Amino acid sequence: MTEEEIKKTVFQLLQRIAPETDPASLMPEENIREALNIDSYDALQFIVSISEKLNVDIPEEDYGKTSNLKSLIAYLGKKLNG
Amino acid sequence: MSDTIKITYREAIKQAIREVMQKDERVFLMGEDVGNYGGAFAVSKGLLKEFGADRIMDVPLSESGFTGAGIGASLAGMKPIVEVMTVNFSLLAMDQIFNNAATLLHMSGGQLNVPVVIRMGCGIGRQLAAQHSHSWEPFFAHVPGLIVLSVGTHEDARGMLLSAMESPDPVVIFEYTFMLNLEKEIPSNSGAVEIKKAKVLREGKDISLITYGAGVYKCLEAAEALKEEGIDAEVVDLRVLRPMDEETFLASVKKTHRALVVEEAWKSISISSEVISRIMEKAFFDLDGPVERLCGVEVPIPYPKDLEDASIPQVSDILEKVKKMLKP
Amino acid sequence: MIKFQMPNLGADMEAGTLVEWRKQPGELLHRGDIIADVETQKGLIEIEVFDEGTLEKFLVKEGEKVPVGTVLALINDGKAEVSESAVPEEEAAKPEIHPIEERPETPQKKTKKGERIKISPLARIIAEENHVDISLLKGTGPEGSIVKKDIEKAISEGVQQTQETQKKTDEVKEVSAKSAAPNANAMRMAVAAAMSKSNREIPHYYLEKRVDMSKAMDWVKEANKERPIQKRLLPVALLIKAVAKALDDVPDLNATWENGILRKNEINIGFVVSLRSGGIVVPAILQTDSKTVDEIMENLNDIIPRARAFKLKSSELSQSTFTITSIGEGGADKVFGLIYPPQVGIVGFGEISEQPFADEGMLGIRPVVDVTLAADHRATDGIIGSKFLASLNRHLQNPEEL
Repeated sequence: MTEEEIKKTVFQLLQRIAPETDPASLMPEENIREALNIDSYDALQFIVSISEKLNVDIPEEDYGKTSNLKSLIAYLGKKLNG
Repeated sequence: MSDTIKITYREAIKQAIREVMQKDERVFLMGEDVGNYGGAFAVSKGLLKEFGADRIMDVPLSESGFTGAGIGASLAGMKPIVEVMTVNFSLLAMDQIFNNAATLLHMSGGQLNVPVVIRMGCGIGRQLAAQHSHSWEPFFAHVPGLIVLSVGTHEDARGMLLSAMESPDPVVIFEYTFMLNLEKEIPSNSGAVEIKKAKVLREGKDISLITYGAGVYKCLEAAEALKEEGIDAEVVDLRVLRPMDEETFLASVKKTHRALVVEEAWKSISISSEVISRIMEKAFFDLDGPVERLCGVEVPIPYPKDLEDASIPQVSDILEKVKKMLKP
Repeated sequence: MIKFQMPNLGADMEAGTLVEWRKQPGELLHRGDIIADVETQKGLIEIEVFDEGTLEKFLVKEGEKVPVGTVLALINDGKAEVSESAVPEEEAAKPEIHPIEERPETPQKKTKKGERIKISPLARIIAEENHVDISLLKGTGPEGSIVKKDIEKAISEGVQQTQETQKKTDEVKEVSAKSAAPNANAMRMAVAAAMSKSNREIPHYYLEKRVDMSKAMDWVKEANKERPIQKRLLPVALLIKAVAKALDDVPDLNATWENGILRKNEINIGFVVSLRSGGIVVPAILQTDSKTVDEIMENLNDIIPRARAFKLKSSELSQSTFTITSIGEGGADKVFGLIYPPQVGIVGFGEISEQPFADEGMLGIRPVVDVTLAADHRATDGIIGSKFLASLNRHLQNPEEL
């Protein structure tokens, strides 16, 4: 899976949680939750949906690595592609 | 309709007076100049000769005095018709009418009926100015104990007095100076009319024109002209200003859903105020737009012809108003 | 015979629109069955029955808006005498019943610009009877008002109907989240009404306690290690459970005040869910005290998405006995709540954050949370509130027992 494909999937899932926002406008190092106004419950749902969609396990101690686009995509890329 | 006669409003009233006097010897007419002069507006011309001075009685210029005398006569079993020349002068007789005629039945514990009939000229005539031209029906319609009639058509001119004479309680009849010379056709057998109900004079479905007195013919004329605009107006003549027959005009409003009230009396605290209140109370949810009204301008009636015309609603005003209401 | 009434789904509710009957006369009803959908300012709510019996007949038609307390249907329970539906909760404060039409304060629909729609009384009635959405019409009457003609035109064109009719004609029984959503203004007005009532009528007192969350957070972390991602816990599930336990210890706060304190048998904790479009709803986690932390989390996973989609059941909206508001991460340190009438208390959790914390002569950096309690001083005094916070703290220091 390419970085571009991961990004696309992440955008889709974010869009589902925050339908009225435009995830594509996120800056790479911007805090996703702050920018899209996502609360802790929705954040958990987001991580659940990523793990289901991409079939990766995201342990709780790694939640910190999912806070902005850059680190999230890098994290997922590493998980998916070895 | 072959059996109709052409008659003036004045003649219709005179025929009514003659009929009741012929029918009942207790009936007599009293008022200023009703005898030798034939009535200030010539309504009783010729009656002195026919019925004699005992029954066509000229009285001194004292409204309070002769109205009180009429009330007394009615208490004593007579059936007087008191003519007050114009409504302006009736204020001098107010005390007799309000404090005696209207209240005696109540104050005597139901023992004393006051079957007096008081006629008075009302509204503008021919430039008679503020001394003779007002429309003060609302004053009288305010008072419980009175029956207040407004003669808006020739049939009512011919028939209302007949029914009023049968009333055990005091009746005040407003006649309209402006209409005295107006000629109309009425059925040749016209006679007594009922005096409890308003009347739908013209049926329509788009708007109710609710009026009385001098407004009746104006509204009928306006309704006819509105046909050209594709507006089908209903005309309701209130006829009885007290006790008011709300059933008839509420039914009309419930049918047409719009209403314009037309009267020559001053706008504030008037007959239209009362009609509109009752529509609000009882037909609000049938309304498809605000109820409106055309009333007399709140000034003493002016003398100059153009200002006199401008002080009361005219047919053109009604047309314009209805068009504005229905085709904004 | 049982009278089934329009339920009161919250202090802010005065009337509801019966959108759809889900049962038909003759059908057997069981406690908990969804009998109807009702639209309120807070969206489309599924209404449950609390009686056993046969649905006898409907007294209110679909599409009608009626005040709370109006009898909607009769349920035959085999008894001759007529009784009122045994709606749990002594929401006995039934408002006087009078037809909506006679209320001069009937809320007017607003246009987008917030202007009042001018419509003749007759046109309004015809529009309501035919489910015409007047906010979509342009008036041709006096002052641009909507008159009978405009409604008749809309009906003949047959397009501009209200949500109810759209839904009725809809093949699919399921209501889409979108059509169930109340407009933002109605939601704002509902929140405004409830909170104004609260602030006006309830003399609040406030207490605050800082709670060391290190044990609780460690427990959650450990617990989550064993759980698949879908079953992981949020700290708030633990907080909710701890509040339920503390209420069990201090039952005076699990009560309502209506001319006197009335303790509730069940502990149903309402949880404030904020909506992305603005406004809040407060669904209840029924019988919170008898649920495990995992069950509470499951309940949250079920109820929060439904709350956001406006698909709650009547019991979830009407039966909460106490409320929790939680700010969550990245937010304010403390939150002081307004009590949701007729309840007598609300607990507020601020953000759980690391703070210097002194314990047994040692200063350490610990995750702590500032907990506040707002309580009704008519119902309880500060000593009760203080006991509650102390109890809550104790439970959070023993997470394994929760």
